[in-house]
Amino acid sequence: MASGSDAGLIGVSSRKYLFMLAFFLLPALLIYSLFSIYPLLATIYKSLYLRQPDGSSVFNGLGNFHTLLTDTTWSVSFWNAMKNNFMFFIIHMCVQNPIGIALAGLLSLPQLRFRAAYRTLIFMPTMLSVVIIGFTWQLILSPLWGISRTLLQGVGLGAWFAPWLGQESTALITVSLISVWQFVGIPMILIYTALLAIPDELVDAATVDGLNQFQTFFWVKLPLILPAIGLVSVLTFVNNFNAFDLIYAMKGALAGPNFATDIMGTLFYRTFFGNQLQLGDISMGSTIATMMFLIILIGVMIYLFLIQRRIQRYSF
Amino acid sequence: MIMHKRASALAVHTILTLYTVLALAPIILVIMNSFKERKAIFASPLKPPTAETFSLIGYEKVFGDASIVSYYFNSIAVTGGTIFFTLLFGSMAAWALAEYKFRWNTLLALYLSIGIMVPIRLGSVALIQLVAQLNLINTLSALVLVYVAQNLPLAVFILSEFINQIPKDLREAARCDGLSEYNIFFHIILPLLRPAMATVAVFTMIPVWNDLWFPLLLAPTGGKQTITLGIQQFLGQYITDWNSVLSALSTAIIPVLVLYVVFSRQLIRGLTSGAVK
Repeated sequence: MASGSDAGLIGVSSRKYLFMLAFFLLPALLIYSLFSIYPLLATIYKSLYLRQPDGSSVFNGLGNFHTLLTDTTWSVSFWNAMKNNFMFFIIHMCVQNPIGIALAGLLSLPQLRFRAAYRTLIFMPTMLSVVIIGFTWQLILSPLWGISRTLLQGVGLGAWFAPWLGQESTALITVSLISVWQFVGIPMILIYTALLAIPDELVDAATVDGLNQFQTFFWVKLPLILPAIGLVSVLTFVNNFNAFDLIYAMKGALAGPNFATDIMGTLFYRTFFGNQLQLGDISMGSTIATMMFLIILIGVMIYLFLIQRRIQRYSF
Repeated sequence: MIMHKRASALAVHTILTLYTVLALAPIILVIMNSFKERKAIFASPLKPPTAETFSLIGYEKVFGDASIVSYYFNSIAVTGGTIFFTLLFGSMAAWALAEYKFRWNTLLALYLSIGIMVPIRLGSVALIQLVAQLNLINTLSALVLVYVAQNLPLAVFILSEFINQIPKDLREAARCDGLSEYNIFFHIILPLLRPAMATVAVFTMIPVWNDLWFPLLLAPTGGKQTITLGIQQFLGQYITDWNSVLSALSTAIIPVLVLYVVFSRQLIRGLTSGAVK
């Protein structure tokens, strides 16, 4: 044992010291290792094995991945889920995050009245379960209830109404926008915090220089909150490629119509548990989970090594 | 100039009010219609219940289904248990990592931080087999263990930041008085951690209460469903009974709204203080 680094306390023997460290650390480490790290590693390990009909497993190298990406039994649904998931992510990036930034910009305006009330109320849908939100919107968009049709007719757009959730061409966009509606509070709060942290002198200097509120926001504040925007983007990426609840609640495990709303999470669930069309498959389930893990890892790495680094270099 | 300012303030309030309405209208619509009789739900969905249209028939059905009530207790037990053990084990680990300098200190902190970025869901295949081996399928303990594992990393992270802010003199004085390290932690540090614990509790509570994935995988039947899964199953079963569906949704929404209104200050303070580093 290295002296100096471990002998932390005067008058405590090293055995007692080690026992104390174990007492404080082990409960957390055991639960975390057993129920979080072990399942992750074991799932990756299982993705390298092929399950035989008799229940045994044989090592298959990267064979499962090859099957998933090229064998049309699997690859068609995999690439479909992948494409839909990217669409899901892009809609969040292009709609949710700009709206979140705009709302944060408005909320952080000086001398705004009712600031706390707006903030609290706009954040409210984010608090509710995705299941509840999914069903609520299903009712609102339902042609049976007719609320959305009535509202559209009220503004003269009655002809626009269609069963958006049921049509293959619009289902994914509709589901994505519902998710955007629910989670816009997260970018709003994170960006709002970053905006509050900007020193007043900078904003004052911009005002003295003759910039109006909008110009100040665009040219002074926005560049300063780029790190927060980077963080919001990576959080959006991780959450979107891990999403499942909303699609399952609204469209079921089959992600209808005709797999138009199928994303990685629902594909994984269906593959692992099976459904009306196929039996559950542990090997392919693990393989899809590992693919999701790799995708998320790539996203996080891009954030850590490219985006965060560059911003640090340019900041202050 | 003043006119211009007033006009732009008006524009800002108009935009924010419109967005607030957009955020709240669907929720209000569901709650409002859950108190109406079936005919009124369809005839005038945008009108609040009146004396003639008021009806509690949906709620009678929801609470007549005795299991919904027990699902509530399951959710309370799972969320409460998760918060308790996350806070206890999390603050113990945070204390050890922040206070004592030992060889694996940094490495352990890094090991824990994996759990902040990588969603534990991706390990579901092995996790469900592990839970089956431990004979914990369809138990609330399985859910608590998984949620504690999921929430520990962020809890340790937030709590150790907070421990670092507590003045060092305090512990040194206690050590001089001859208090053991255990007493210092449980009697001096733990009470001081209360504000940080409140933040962690709020962060933990909402996602655990709302989660659908792990209840669906680990405790889908046998009366051990959480309220989120229970409502999902109930809705699937009664999908054509609008009174029941709207009441079931409202039953799930109202408690969360009440908790949110009570804790929103705490939650938003927590989000705005610790989230962006």
